[in-house]
Parts: sequence; C-alpha cells; structure tokens
Amino acid sequence: MKDFGYTINKDRQINFDRTDKWIYEYLKKHEPSFKLCIGCGTCTATCSSGNFTDFNLRRLFTLIHRGYKLDMKDEITKCMLCGKCIMVCPRGVNTRNIILKINEVIENRKRKK
Amino acid sequence: MSKNVIVIGGGIAGMESSAYLAAMGYNVTILEKEGKLGGHLLKWERLFPTKRHGKEVLEFLSQGISEHVSIIYHADIENIERKDQVFNVHLSKGTSLKADAVLIATGYETFDARKKEEYGYGIYDNVITSPDLEEIFLSGKGIRTASGKVPQRIGLVHCVGSRDEKAGNIYCSKVCCVTGVKQAIEIKEKLSQTEVYCFYMDMRMYGFHFEELYKEAQEKWGVYFIRGRLSESCENADGTIVVKVEDTLAGKPLKMTVDLLVLLVGFVPSEGTRKIGELLGLSFNSNRFIKSADEHTMSNVSSEPGIFMAGTCTSPRTIANTIMDARSAAATVASYLEGYNIEKRTIHRNLK
Repeated sequence: MKDFGYTINKDRQINFDRTDKWIYEYLKKHEPSFKLCIGCGTCTATCSSGNFTDFNLRRLFTLIHRGYKLDMKDEITKCMLCGKCIMVCPRGVNTRNIILKINEVIENRKRKK
Repeated sequence: MSKNVIVIGGGIAGMESSAYLAAMGYNVTILEKEGKLGGHLLKWERLFPTKRHGKEVLEFLSQGISEHVSIIYHADIENIERKDQVFNVHLSKGTSLKADAVLIATGYETFDARKKEEYGYGIYDNVITSPDLEEIFLSGKGIRTASGKVPQRIGLVHCVGSRDEKAGNIYCSKVCCVTGVKQAIEIKEKLSQTEVYCFYMDMRMYGFHFEELYKEAQEKWGVYFIRGRLSESCENADGTIVVKVEDTLAGKPLKMTVDLLVLLVGFVPSEGTRKIGELLGLSFNSNRFIKSADEHTMSNVSSEPGIFMAGTCTSPRTIANTIMDARSAAATVASYLEGYNIEKRTIHRNLK
C-alpha cells in the first residue's frame, strides 16, 4: 500500500474523567500542603534548575493534579532539592517534600510490581 | 417643618439610607415595588465571607426602619415632576407625593444566563445558576440532579455575564468569585463525598478575609480550582454535562463530566434602575448603571440636582459596601437639604 505520509496526531486534550490521579491522591494524603497551590509560579521563577532546563514545578503540580501522564522520574531528577521554592511560596507549600514524596510513591509502586 | 425624602427601592441600600435619614430628622418614604423590604437579601441564605445568615443582616436593617420611615409597597412610579426645588412623584394608583430630595436605590438584577446559550442554561436540566443554588439552600432541600440523584461531581463557572464583551458586560461584577468559593464550601458541607471544581480566569479575592475563605476551600474542604474559562458545555445522553475549558496552567485543553453545573451570574442594572434613571433624565455610565457625578469624589451625586443614588444602581457592590454607600448617600442627601452646595467643590482637571 502506498504511504501518503498522513498520520493522526495524538490527542492533546486532558480527558479528566479518564486520567489516573494516583500520584495526586498520595500527595494529598502525605503532603497536604499540596492542596494549597494557587498556581502563581513563584517557585518556577526562582528555580535554579528551571533556569537551565525545562523543569517547571508549577506546571508539574498542575499536571499531577489532572492525572496527566508524564515520565515523572525523569521530571523530578531535574530538581536539585535546593529548597529555594519553599522559601518563596506565598502559600507555604512544602514543595521540596513534594518532590521527595513523588519519588517515594514511584518507588513504592515499582516495588509492588 | 422637616423636609421630605423619597427613597426609591427598599433593598439593602434603601433601608440603610432611610434609617440614617430618619435618624437625622427627615421624613422618609420608601417606595418599594414588592410587598416586602429586603430586596436581594431575601434570596441569599448565607453571606460571604463569614457564612452568617442573610436574615441576621436583614434584621439589623429592619431595626433602622423606625416610625419616621413610611413605606409604600407595590409602588409603581408613573412620573416624577420637578418644580423649582420640589419633586412630585406620581404613582400608578393615583397617589402623589412631594419630596425635597430623591434617593435612588433601585439596585441590580443578576445576569440572565440564557444569553450565554453555549453554557446551556434553560436548555440542559443540570445547568443551574448561583441564585438557583441559593434557593435550594434556602428551601432546605438537598442538592440533587434533575433526575433526583446525589451529584458526584459539581462544577462552578466563574464570570458568567461578567468580563464578557460578547454578553455586553466588560466589567467585573466583584462578588461572584467569592460567592463561588462560599457556595463550593456549602456544597462540601452538605455533600462531603462530592467533588467540587471551580473554573475561573482570576480569583478576585479582594475583600478582607476573602483570601482566607479561598484557602479554607482548598485546605479544609478540598475544593479544586482550574484556571480556564468555560468555552461550552454539552449534555450526555444520561443528562450529565461535559465542560470544555483550556486548563491554562497546564497549557492544554481539558474536558470533564459533571453531574451539575452552577453558573455564577454577574450583576446588571435592574429594570427599575433603567426606568427611574430615564424618567428623571439622568446620565448612565458606559456599563448602563447610573452615572455618578465623579467616580472618586461624588459617587452618590447624579447628573441632576436633588437626585442622589445609593447602592448597586451605580455599580456592582458587596453587601458591606452597599451598607457603607447607603450611609454615605444619607450624609450627601442631608448636606444638600441643609443648603450645602455639593456641586461647588469640583476637581480641577489636569493639575500640573
């Protein structure tokens, strides 16, 4: 068959009804300050790592809540755990601990599998 | 002989300004179109940010209505004439009243959500408005879908009829954001297992304690906030509603099914505000509310001498601000009646 080179793009839409929010559920329980994020982006503006990579903590938190599939391990390894984000957060979100908890929940799941 | 003031409208602003004018010794007559005082306050069960009952504030306002205030219910104003300094107000029943000053407190109406057809109000059974939800709260009935089920997920849509030039309203209605937060909490109080999502452009938590209420909604009640304005909603075969927004913080389009969608409708000037303003030949501002002589310094003064405004006939306001504005209007009317030349104080524009 002749290949005309047409493809179908992957759906970019977040279908909230279908996404799996397992990381969010874990964070909500083990670091409840996660719920307080107002998406202001102060953390991302101050992020040492974010100045050199595409690491975006504000966006990462949003996507976790929506259950969007990401290579989470790859994302969090960009963080250097310097903690500047905790110092600037106006809502007192324990951002660094969230990174540690994401790591924890991923490791837990791996072990179970 | 003490002077007469006619207050048009017996809502929050009309009641409170009447109380202060009567306390200052004027004869006050309230013309109320309904059979009861209280206006919109009768329709709100609990008030932000304290969640106190609307009834309590109404009771406070009622205490100000002394024997020095007379009230004409079901008043329908046909015409208002002015001869020199005296107004003659003619009602449709044939009665006429004389007044030395007229205070307009004709207020607002909520935006007719049917005008945003793409949101589905009046088309889909499970799309309601914030006043509809208050009615449910007041009735003491449970929050149910059209088919009588307990909703598992409820969406609240901010800025319906506000900040929307397509709807003809460029302005912010000021109270809907915090009303949304209040109602989201009230839903969670009643239905703790139900997920509640607010779809917003900005959370305008400008009032004292509003931000705390917002934080309480997130922290204590687990209400979710998604930044993005609703583009459209559509109905599934089972009556549930699919909402489509851009999740602007994620940078992706998002769709979600909700069992009930609540539209947080904004303020528009009431029919009475338009009618009375036109009858008296007053100027209106670009948003169709009655125009103040100066936005900063003469908020209660109209374009005509002897005619003043109080409350939401000039702009959207919270209850607290309406009460303050009503007292300010009473002071302005009294100054005018005592011969103080309000117009004399002017602003020199372009001061260098």
